[in-house]
Amino acid sequence: MFPFIFEWVWDIGHVLFFGGFWYAIGILGAGMTYCIVKSAIDAMNDTGDNHH
Amino acid sequence: MMDAALIPEGAKRCSFPKFMLGIAIVGAVLLWGVYAMLLCWFKGLNQTNMNDYYGFALWIWADLAVIALGGGAFFTGLLKYIFKVDELKNIINFAVIIGFICYSSALLILAIDIGQPLRGWFIFWHANVHSMLTEVAFCLSCYFAVLTIEFIPNILENRQLNKVPFFHHLAHNMHGTMAVFAATGAFLSFFHQGSLGGVAGVMYGRPFAVREGLLIWPWSFFLFTWSAAAFGPCFTLLVTRITEAVTGKKLVKDNVIHLLAKISGWMIVTYMIAKLIDTWYWAYYTAPGLGFELSHFYTNNGFYGYWILVAEIIVCGVIPGLLLINKSTRENPNFRLIAIILAVIGVSLNRWVMVLQIMAVPVMPFDTWALYIPSWQEVATTILPVAYGIILIAFAYRYLPVFPQELELNQSKVQES
Repeated sequence: MFPFIFEWVWDIGHVLFFGGFWYAIGILGAGMTYCIVKSAIDAMNDTGDNHH
Repeated sequence: MMDAALIPEGAKRCSFPKFMLGIAIVGAVLLWGVYAMLLCWFKGLNQTNMNDYYGFALWIWADLAVIALGGGAFFTGLLKYIFKVDELKNIINFAVIIGFICYSSALLILAIDIGQPLRGWFIFWHANVHSMLTEVAFCLSCYFAVLTIEFIPNILENRQLNKVPFFHHLAHNMHGTMAVFAATGAFLSFFHQGSLGGVAGVMYGRPFAVREGLLIWPWSFFLFTWSAAAFGPCFTLLVTRITEAVTGKKLVKDNVIHLLAKISGWMIVTYMIAKLIDTWYWAYYTAPGLGFELSHFYTNNGFYGYWILVAEIIVCGVIPGLLLINKSTRENPNFRLIAIILAVIGVSLNRWVMVLQIMAVPVMPFDTWALYIPSWQEVATTILPVAYGIILIAFAYRYLPVFPQELELNQSKVQES
């Protein structure tokens, strides 16, 4: 059992289900963290990169 | 106009009072749905006509239908960001908004359906890892997060928000990394769209639904994913057409519409070939092998006749597919409109058959057909997402630069104003 996955059992079902779930959450979290941190730095530096 | 500072630069919009009058009319319908939703939450599911014999409310069909129709978001995103079909940048914002509306509606419907939404988190905390619906819940929640992420840059491009340096850079950086989010969205969509079909396919006690398959996945798993990718873009095209009719403006260039219609058409045709093979094999081998003739599923009742099979597969499947792959009919606005309307009806009918007809067909010798009449609360909560969708699209269109080609296509109107 993990604090964030109650009733965790080390079997293939849990590994696949929660592995996929946390994999997706991880990508989304990492992607958004990158965007937010980079945007904060860009805003502070005011790079003038105003076109997309 | 009192909200002129929020409207995209150069864009022409109706007056604020006129806009709010429209919102108030649709808002009244929304409130009707909210009232019915609150009745279900506070008084319980006895507000529906569900019982121990028939456990699927009308909104479950709506849930599966909006998820299929919202498939245009993931498929258009896949084409735009992964396969680099650059023309689709002119419709991707709207596809994302439609997807956002469909998936938020689906989650709302599920919140009503579970009866006690305060226990909604149980599915994560006490996950049944042998259930395809658990996978659907996981992927649906994650994919809604993806759609929110895809929608945020468009919101941040609002004229006022974009003046804030951090928001401006955030929109820019999120656009830059959107391929990662779109790929994640495609991965999640493949599994949750499929698992919704898989749920029907593994019902061994329901010969109308059960299918053979590949490893643990019945063929209905792949057909659901395929159909969402095929028919979802038609819903995007249909809502775009409706928005153009309501606003009286051309919002997307014809070459973009033709391209998406062509891709959708070929997806529909290939899907229909697979669906015809699946239906034929089920009718001649699977169902008879379980002791049922085809006629058992379409006779001896007052509603479900062979007409529904013909309507789903031929009229609203094969015909729109052929209309969209043929250049002359695809590029004819009337034929294209007929095709996308038929396609939207077709995939909705497929979800109806795979959810509600399954429950209606008698299985045991002493069973009778369960012809279900929904309560008004079910009807109101099913219409609720439509009203919500209209309001969200109205606000998005008014205040966000949703259609990149709008100004170019309506230059003369802007100059006149």
